[in-house]
Amino acid sequence: MNQDLKTNILRTLQKGFRYDGRKTDEYREISVETGVVKTAEGSACVKIGETHLIAGIKTEISTPYPDSPDKGTIMVGVEFTPMASPNFEPGPPSIQSIEIARVVDRGIRESKSIDFKKLCITEGEKAWIIIIDICIVNDDGNLMDAASLAAIAALKDAKFPEFDGKAINYKKLTDVPIPVEFSPIESTVLKIGDYFLVDPIPEEEAVAEAKLTVATMEDGKLCAMQKSGAGTLTIEDIKKMVELAAEKTKEIRAHLGGR
Amino acid sequence: MMAYKREKRKNDEPREITAKAGIIPRADGSGYFKIGNTEAYAAVYGPRNLFPRFKQNPTKGILRCNYNMMPFSGMGNRVRPGANRRSKEISMITENALIPVLDLHEFPNSVVDVFIELPQTDAGSRCAGICAASIALADAGLAMKDLVSSVAVGHLGGTVFVDLDYNEEAFDEGDVADIPIAFIPKTEEYSLLQMDGITSKEILFEALEVSKKAIEIIYKAQQDALKQRYKEGQK
Repeated sequence: MNQDLKTNILRTLQKGFRYDGRKTDEYREISVETGVVKTAEGSACVKIGETHLIAGIKTEISTPYPDSPDKGTIMVGVEFTPMASPNFEPGPPSIQSIEIARVVDRGIRESKSIDFKKLCITEGEKAWIIIIDICIVNDDGNLMDAASLAAIAALKDAKFPEFDGKAINYKKLTDVPIPVEFSPIESTVLKIGDYFLVDPIPEEEAVAEAKLTVATMEDGKLCAMQKSGAGTLTIEDIKKMVELAAEKTKEIRAHLGGR
Repeated sequence: MMAYKREKRKNDEPREITAKAGIIPRADGSGYFKIGNTEAYAAVYGPRNLFPRFKQNPTKGILRCNYNMMPFSGMGNRVRPGANRRSKEISMITENALIPVLDLHEFPNSVVDVFIELPQTDAGSRCAGICAASIALADAGLAMKDLVSSVAVGHLGGTVFVDLDYNEEAFDEGDVADIPIAFIPKTEEYSLLQMDGITSKEILFEALEVSKKAIEIIYKAQQDALKQRYKEGQK
C-alpha cells in the first residue's frame, strides 16, 4: 500500500473533502443509456464519472441442471479489457473481475429478480440461459456499483430472440422481455481510517482498508453483500456502512428511470 | 442469377461514420470509430517497458496490437471471451497495417500496446479497428508519417461495393469477394490487403480504385476527430 498516498488522502478528508473535491457521501455524475448494442438482446452503457462500461445480454438454450429440471439460469461475466486501465492485462479473468461478476450474479440471483422457472422451455430438456457480459471501457474506480447498474439496466432492456423449437434466430427479437421483476442495486462503501466514503476513485480504492458492497431491493430489503479487502470492520462500522449504502442505492435507482 | 442491388446508399459510399479521439481518459491515447453498426474502441498504452525482457530489442521498440470482440458483439451466438485463432491473426495484420507509419526506432526496448475492443460488429470490424487504432496512436502523441485509413471493398456478382455490411457479405450468388484494405493517403501505399472469395484481376483493380472515395471520407473523419479533440484543449 502506498503510505504517502494514504496520508494525503486522509489529510484532505480531515479538511472535509476528497481528492477530487467531493463530499464523502457524494457520487459522481451517473448516466445510463440502453439499447446501445444492436447485436445484443439487450444492452446498457453506464458511466459514473469517467468510469465507463458496457453491458450486453446474450441468450442461449441449454439442458437444465439435473437438480433443477424446470429452471433456466443466468451467467455473469466481467471483462477487465486491457484497454480500460494500464493495470489490466490480456488473459484469463483476474480475481478482481471474478469477484465483481460473482457479486453482481448474487444480487440478481438472490433477489429472485428473474423467475428462473419462466426461463424453462421444456422441463428437463430445454431452458434459456441468460448471459450478462460486462465490459469495462475506462476504469476510473467503483467498478462494482457501475457493473451492477449496467447489468440490471441491460437485463431490463433485453428481449428474447425468436426460437422455432430448433434454432434461435438472433437477428429477430420478439416482443417478449426477459422477465425481470425486481431491480437489485448495489452500492459500495469504503473505509479509509475513520472515514466512510462512496463511489471511490482508483487512488481511494488503493488505500482503503475494507469495502462493503450492499445490494438493495426496491422495498429497502438487502439481497446481497460482500466485504472486500483485507481490513476488518467493527459492528458499528457495519451498521454505518449498510445504512449509507442503502441510502445511496435510492439515488442510483433513480437513474434506472422508468426502465 | 440476380445481381445484388443496394437500396440506401451508393455503391462507393461507406456507411455513416462517427469518429472520436480521447474517449478513454485512463489511456495514453484513445480512439473510437463507428461505421454503420460496427463499433470499435482503441486504447494506446506506452511506449512503456516491455516484459518479458527477452522480447526487448535494443535497436527499436515493438508495436503490440490486441483485437478483441466483446462477448455480445457477434451477430449470432455469444462470442467466448479470450483470444482465438481469428483474433490473433487480426491482431497481427493490424500491427502490420500500422507499423509503416510509425518510427519504432524512437523507443528502443519498449512496447506500444494497442488494445482494440468491439462492442458490436456488422462486418468490417478489422478495418474499423485499424481506423480507431490509428486515431489512438496519434492521440497518444506518437510521431506518425500519416494516419492509416481502412475499409473493406468487395464485389457481389461482378458489381463493386465499398464497406460491405453483414448481409452483403453473406450474399453468395455468383462470384463474390471481400477485400479489406488499409491505405496510407500521404504516400499512397497499402499497408493491409486481404481477399477472400473469387475475383478477376480486372475487378480487383476496379475495387481498389472504387475504394479511394471511401478512404478519403474516412481519412477526413479521422482527422476531424483529432482536430476536435485538441480544439477542446483537454488533457
